[in-house]
This record gives sequence, structure tokens and C-alpha cells, in this order.
Amino acid sequence: MTAIRRAFDVALLLAVLAAIWQGLYMFAGDVAIASPAETVRHVFVLLERPRFWGHIEETLSAFAYALVISWAGGVGIGVWLGAHRLSGEVAEPILVALYSLPKVTLYPLILLVFGLGMPAKVAFGAIHGIIPVTIFTMNAVRNIRPVYVKAARVLRLSPQQTVTGVLLPATLPEVVSGLRVGFSLTLLGVLIGEMFASKRGLGFLIINAIGLNDVETMMAVTLLLFVFAAAANAFLLALDRRLHKRV
Amino acid sequence: MGRLAWIRLGVIAGFIGLLEILCRGGAIGRLTMIPPSEMAAALVELIASGAVDDDIGRTLGSVAAAFTLAVVFGFVGGVALHAIPRLRRAADPLLATYYAVPFFVMIIATLNGLDRIPRVLDKVARTHRMRPLETALRLKLPAAAPYLFTGVKLAIAYSFIGVIASEFILAASGLGYQIAYAYNNFDNRTMYALMLFVLTLVTTINMALYVWERRLQRRRLGR
Repeated sequence: MTAIRRAFDVALLLAVLAAIWQGLYMFAGDVAIASPAETVRHVFVLLERPRFWGHIEETLSAFAYALVISWAGGVGIGVWLGAHRLSGEVAEPILVALYSLPKVTLYPLILLVFGLGMPAKVAFGAIHGIIPVTIFTMNAVRNIRPVYVKAARVLRLSPQQTVTGVLLPATLPEVVSGLRVGFSLTLLGVLIGEMFASKRGLGFLIINAIGLNDVETMMAVTLLLFVFAAAANAFLLALDRRLHKRV
Repeated sequence: MGRLAWIRLGVIAGFIGLLEILCRGGAIGRLTMIPPSEMAAALVELIASGAVDDDIGRTLGSVAAAFTLAVVFGFVGGVALHAIPRLRRAADPLLATYYAVPFFVMIIATLNGLDRIPRVLDKVARTHRMRPLETALRLKLPAAAPYLFTGVKLAIAYSFIGVIASEFILAASGLGYQIAYAYNNFDNRTMYALMLFVLTLVTTINMALYVWERRLQRRRLGR
């Protein structure tokens, strides 16, 4: 019953957003935005083009690489900084400062180092995603109940066993929260990277469509990305909630 | 300064020193990066020449406008969502998707703050027969303040990120535009000087807020 009601609420919210969108369209006209119906129609037009799938594939593979780097790197560094108190305390303000930097500023540097293309996009995504994952993991490991660590020591677990057998399971809910944040920011980073540093991918399509004033394509790609991001987030959020409830 | 701060300073200085050595030694080519000392010198020249005064003003103006709008509307939106739980449940995935936008950051912080107001304050308000407005201003707002502060802090950071990112793509002035322009013209000196300026400015603001926040927290905890 509650599930049905929630689904109804979500549908209602989406309907209201679509209505606002339609209203904006009627107010601003064809030049600025496309109507919801046209945009959805155009999504299907794009999906029928084989070349469009090439762009999707390009973005998804860049995103996958970047996500692996920021998740694995973030959890790895986070566990180290959380377990080793001095390193963690030295690093925390530095991490916070790095987290809130406008990383777009660094994009010329990334391009000069990696050149145009896939590696630059991946690097751009990874620098956006890795820091929040690190911060969440570090805090989770740091706030772990001391008795767990003691138990690991009593059982004479190796450092590797301690991490995989004790630290990660105990911190799973917080780590998943971090992964969720990292997911969104990595996607953002990859797309921004594509906007500047690429001739392929969905970010490039958007910036190209802006240049050509091809409003329909711009809106259609944006809608597609929105649906993808919202669906992935809803899934991770549900996982996150379930894990937090379990503990 | 404590021992930790010295170690931190050492780490940062070591990192900059390493970059300097790598650049001077030729391990990092001049076309990729100029030595940090040259960046600083170029920045001093650039500021002294006054060539980027307008761009600095414009960027800071945009950031201030974006920040103000985000905080005001984010706060109002957060209060509204808090008052209508059904709407809030439906909007949750949406909020989580878009939280790199300052406005959504502020909504989330407001919701967080309002969620954590102790129940007992409601009873206090009732026993003192406070009017709703008075309750809101004298009990709820101070109780939610630390969370709101976090929101404000993040809103500043994200306003900078948003403004500079859009200046890169969609503007003909401002610091982001000037960096992109210097990049396109292979003018590495100006580019790195401006990058250094932006990074230093944002870091200084964020660190000041971070230190202030920690001090507030410490006072709340009575330490």
C-alpha cells in the first residue's frame, strides 16, 4: 500500500515538473527550450541513430573507468587515513580544501598532461569523485567501535584480514553513502570533461548542440542523462537506506 | 601552531617543492606546467597591472548573486519540503541527484537541520506559550543553525564551482573565461597565474569557514 502510494506521489511530482516545463516552454518559446512532448519524441529519434549509441558507449566507458578509479582509490585511501590516526588528522583539512575547489579550473592542466580524449575525461571524472569517497570512508573507519579493532587484534588478524573482515563490513553503510556521492560527482566530472575535451560522448553532444542552437538535441540528451542519474541514484539511495537500517 | 599544523604545512610545502624541482629539472615540460615560483611571480605582475580587475569583480559578483539566491530559495524550499512530508519523500531521489547545485545543497542542509531539532523544544515552546513565529526564531532557528551553517559553507563552494564552470563555456568575461582564453592562446603564464589566484582565493575562504565552524562546534559541545 505504502509502495503504491509512494509511486503515485513520485508520478505526481514528475507530472507537476512536466507541467512547469510546459509552462516555461509556452513562456519562452521554441528558441530557448523544447516542449516536453517534443523532447521525449526526440529522445526516441536519437536512440534510433546508430551514431548516437556510439556517443552513449563512449560516455559510459569513460564513466565506468572513472568510477572504478574513484571508488577503489577513495575506499583504499580512506581506509588508510581512517586507520592511521596521524595521517588522517594531517590529511583531513587538506581533503576538505580539495573537495571544495572548483576543479574546472584545473581542466587546462589535465588536458596538457593527458591530451584530448578518453584519458583526460577519465582523469577529470576521477578527480571529482575520489575525494568525497575518501572523506566518507575515512570518517567511517575512524568512528568504528574500538571493540571491533581490539577483537581483530586479539584474533591476530593480518592487516589485510582486518580490512576485509572487520573494517569494511563494519563501515559498509557509511562507505555506501560515500560511493553514492562519488557516483554523482564522477558522472558530473566526466560530462564536464567531455564538454571541453572531446569530440565524442554525451557531454560533447550537449555543448555541440548549444553551439548549433539545436535546442531539441540539447534537451533530449539532458533528459536522458537526468533519467539515468535519477534512476541510478534512487537505486543507490535505496541500498544506502537498507544498509543503514540493518545496523 | 600545533604539531599537526606543522606536519600539514610540511606536506604541502614538500609537494610544492617537488613540483618546483620537477619543473625546473625538465621532468615536467614547460608547455605542460610552469614552476610554482613562476606562477606566483606571474600572478603578482598580473594583479599589479590591473588587467584582470574587471574579471575578478564580475566573477565575485556572480558568485555573490548565485550564493544569495541559493541560500534564500534553498532555505525556503527546505522549510516547505519539511512541512509536507509526502512531497519530500517523492522528491528525495531528485534532491540526491542534484546536490552539486548550491540551491539543492541548501535545501538538504535545511531539511537536515529541521530534522534534528530536539522534540523537547516543542514542549518548551508550549509551556512558555510562545507564538509560532517566536518559536521559529528563538528556538528552532538556533537549534538548526549548525546544519544551516554547513549548508551555507557548501553553497559558497558550489557557487564558485558553478560560476567558474559556466564562465568556461558560456561567457565572454570573468576569471573562468580568462583562463580558457589563455589556454587557447598557449599563454601558460597568465593561465597558471589565474589558476593559482582562483585556487588560493577559494581555499582561503573555505578554510576560514572551516576553522570558524570547528570553533562553533567546540563551543556547542562545551569544550
